[in-house]
Amino acid sequence: MDIPYTVTARQDTGLYNAKIGIWLFLASEVMLFGALFSSYILLRVSAPENFWPHGWLNVPIGTANTLVLITSSITTVMAWASCKMNQFGKFKFYHACTILLAMTFVGIKSYEYRDKFKHYEIRTHDEVALTDGTIVRGMIEDKTKDTVSVKPSTGKPGEYQPAVTYKLDKVANVTNGKIVDGHVIEKNKDQVKLEGRYVEGREELYDLKAHKTHEHKEISIPWTQIQKIDNYGPWHNTYLAIYFTLTGLHALHVIGGALVIGFLWGPGSKLWKTDPERFTNRVEISGLFWHFVDLVWIFLFPVLYLL
Amino acid sequence: MSDEHHPDHFSHHVRRYLFVFYALLFGTLITVGASYIPFGHRAMNIGVALVIASGKAFLVAGYFMHLISERKMIYGVLAFTAFFFVGLMFLIIWSYTDFPPHTVVH
Repeated sequence: MDIPYTVTARQDTGLYNAKIGIWLFLASEVMLFGALFSSYILLRVSAPENFWPHGWLNVPIGTANTLVLITSSITTVMAWASCKMNQFGKFKFYHACTILLAMTFVGIKSYEYRDKFKHYEIRTHDEVALTDGTIVRGMIEDKTKDTVSVKPSTGKPGEYQPAVTYKLDKVANVTNGKIVDGHVIEKNKDQVKLEGRYVEGREELYDLKAHKTHEHKEISIPWTQIQKIDNYGPWHNTYLAIYFTLTGLHALHVIGGALVIGFLWGPGSKLWKTDPERFTNRVEISGLFWHFVDLVWIFLFPVLYLL
Repeated sequence: MSDEHHPDHFSHHVRRYLFVFYALLFGTLITVGASYIPFGHRAMNIGVALVIASGKAFLVAGYFMHLISERKMIYGVLAFTAFFFVGLMFLIIWSYTDFPPHTVVH
């Protein structure tokens, strides 16, 4: 049985069926991304002062990727227009460009993801120096005016022995752990080597837009001195969680759209010979999806990269 | 969208697509540039960026997706979408100060 209304318009809707189908689908997509956008807003406005990162993403790279996606939108519309003008060769050319641009976009995005996964925040142990010369490294649990309680480290990050309480007259010095932020170059069984810097406070770590200039140097930290080690994956904080969710879902759409366009460019293009109008409509439908993906990025780029 | 097949008619469309493309490129550069201008308050920068983004979205939806001249049925679908989308955004505003009893707010 033939699928009805692939070329001719239905009388009641005035459209061929796939057109109404894709718009209904895009309506559901608006709600999907809308829900995530509203989550973004809620997370952002609820974040405590100085806890929402600024300048964590590379703006030139993000801008380049935006331009790549916009260019892929024009090649998509030109591919459809070429079909309309009966220029199949041009269609092939424009959609080859679209596919290459889609691959470029995903490639650049993967590079950005990889950069985040290699970026670590490390907190070293708090230190309690006793008057007899011993240094206890671990996590300070409690501090009163006469005592300090510390959970000594077992030597592995995140693992501690039961807390020990020292009277302050036996304590020479108490130092809080330092925060080291940077890209890991090497991890071996003894230490973590990274290209990074010591960070003074939260604000310096979170607002990179205001604290642009900082020198990076090679820092090696033995595992025994590490209290907490965490890379910039989606688990790092709410900003990265929503960043990975939004851009990840968007990238899946780019990949899905590129697969469909790839099919129409390759094996699917046989239809041009037998039913050019139906083929042109397929190109239009996939194009509508592609423009929607571009449209989502138009909003994602400023809210995640710039603001 | 008007389904004209005549190539001459289409070259007119193509010129328009190229114009939209240049406008989108320009819009992107303006967005990046504006984010570096201190407008006094961050909210102002967010507002400016969203206004530019909405302009770009209008160009993509209006011209590349042909919404400028579509059939009524599609406007109907989109009217529903817009209504529910706005509702979704308002839900978070309404819920923002609505905590369960005994919630400790820091």
